[in-house]
Formats: sequence, structure tokens, C-alpha cells
Amino acid sequence: MIELIKQPWHWFISGALIAFIMFMMLFFGKTFGFSSNFRTICAACGAGKRVSYFDYDWKSQMWNLAFLVGSIIGGTIAHLFLSTGEPILIAQATLKDIADLGFSAPTGMQPTEIYSFQALMTVKGFLILAFGGLLIGFGTRYAAGCTSGHAISGLSNLQLPSLIAVIGFFIGGLIMTFLIFPLIF
Amino acid sequence: MKLLKFIAAGIIFGIIMAKSEAISWYRIQEMFRFQSFHMYGIIGTAVILGAIGVALIKKFKLRDIDGVPIEIHPKEKSVIRYLAGGTIFGLGWALTGSCPGPLFVNFGYGYPVFLLVIIFAVIGTYIYGAMSDKLPH
Repeated sequence: MIELIKQPWHWFISGALIAFIMFMMLFFGKTFGFSSNFRTICAACGAGKRVSYFDYDWKSQMWNLAFLVGSIIGGTIAHLFLSTGEPILIAQATLKDIADLGFSAPTGMQPTEIYSFQALMTVKGFLILAFGGLLIGFGTRYAAGCTSGHAISGLSNLQLPSLIAVIGFFIGGLIMTFLIFPLIF
Repeated sequence: MKLLKFIAAGIIFGIIMAKSEAISWYRIQEMFRFQSFHMYGIIGTAVILGAIGVALIKKFKLRDIDGVPIEIHPKEKSVIRYLAGGTIFGLGWALTGSCPGPLFVNFGYGYPVFLLVIIFAVIGTYIYGAMSDKLPH
């Protein structure tokens, strides 16, 4: 059994379990949505004194911060106890495309060209991570949700705003992948 | 403790995200290049099962553990904020290969440099909050 769990999980199993998490949160009386945590962190750091957007009862969102802490622990458990340590297997076509951009074949879950201290210590490497973070933090609050809040919770509730947001996610993702990647990598 | 069940839910979520490989930059590249069904399978399965479940919750007027009727509050109607905000987030999603949840799962997975992305995501949220009055919503 444990050997089976250590293998990468099939998309159907993964998708079904994510739906299960969403239902679990609904039965806990909450709506599954991760990116609200960034607003909560700003508010908890006292941003509400300067900016009214952060002036609210952030302590009512402690449950979501608890979920965030759990997700870090879950990542650690998966890495230490539930993984084979084998490099991730991806489509040949993708391997070829990213090789053309200068990425070597995967050695783990993430490319060392972006996610390593060596990369972080270069100006370009630092800017990639910093800009990436800014875009995620700004964009998710402007759109009022991320993949969990819009693509999973929102689409499950058949909400039009979430469909518009997901279309936006793809417009941005395709612009980055096909127009900006060739310029920066 | 009330928060314990949310920590437990988060742990399960983190394990699912890691084992599904949805936290991997490579998987996000496959998705945006339309070269693998993997991510579409994950999100599609979650949405189809989610939609069926939410419909059943509404039909049978199910209640949560505190006895309150379960409802997902609909987001306010608009186009520009979802399209513009979504596009900005999509740029960051493809660049970092990570959406907000996986940023933290990756940090726990043994990639400490994700902390820098998280710090800048908090700064990005602050910038949005500071200028939100001036943005079209």
C-alpha cells in the first residue's frame, strides 16, 4: 500500500480528493479559497492602520491560516515519507520545448534553473521569483480568488465571475509561456 | 481546539497537491502548452465532482457541523476585475509554476526559496490593497 502511495497519483484520484477537501471545508462552514491568506497576513501585520482594505477582523480568518500551516506540513510529509525521490516524468514535447529555452531535464519536482540558491543569487533569478510573487499577490486579490477559490469552488458553484477569472488565468499563462518566456529564458 | 481540524485539512491538501504533482513548475508548463491531460484531468475531475456535490447540497439543503445551511456566497457581478486580475495572476502562475496553495506546499516540500515568492506575494497583495480605489472593478 505505502509503495503505491509513494508513486505519483493519477489525475482522477487527485481531482476527486481535491473535491473532497472542498466539501470538507463546506461542512466545516467555510469556503475553500487559499489566496485570501495573503490579505489576512497583511492585516495581521498591521496594514489596516494605513490601508482600509486591510482594516477588518482578520482573526475571523484564523481557520484559513491554520489550513495554510497544514499545507506546509503536508508538503513536508509528502516529501519525507510519501515520495520515491524520482525526478518528475513529463511529456516529451514539453521536455523539448523547455530544453530549447535552456532548461535541463527534471531532477526533482522543480527546475534548479529557477528554484535553487544559486539561481536566487543572480539578479535575473531574484527578479523572476520577486516579480512572480508580486503578480500572484496582486492578481489574486484583484480577481478576488485563485485556482482554489475560482477554478474549484467557483466553477463548482457554476459562477460566471469564476469562469471569467479562469479565462483570465489562461490569457496570462499563455502570454507568459509563449510571448515572455522566449524573451527572458 | 477548533483550529486543529483546519490544520488537518491543510495537511491532507498539501499531500494531495504534492502527490498529484500539481505543485510542479513542469506540470504547469505542460498545461499551458497543452501537451498533457494531467492538470486538466485534475481540475476537470474536481470541478465535475464539485458541481455534482454542490448541486446535491443545495437540493437537500444540507447543513454544516454547526447546523448552519451550507451556501457558497456568489461573487459580485463584474467582468473587468476578474479578467484583468485573472490575467495578472495567470502571468505569475506560469512564471513561477505555482498558484498560492502550492507556494506553501513547495516551501514545505524542501524548496526554501519559495519563501521569497511568498514574501513578494504578500507585498503584491499590499500594493493591490493600497491602490484598489484607483483600479476599475
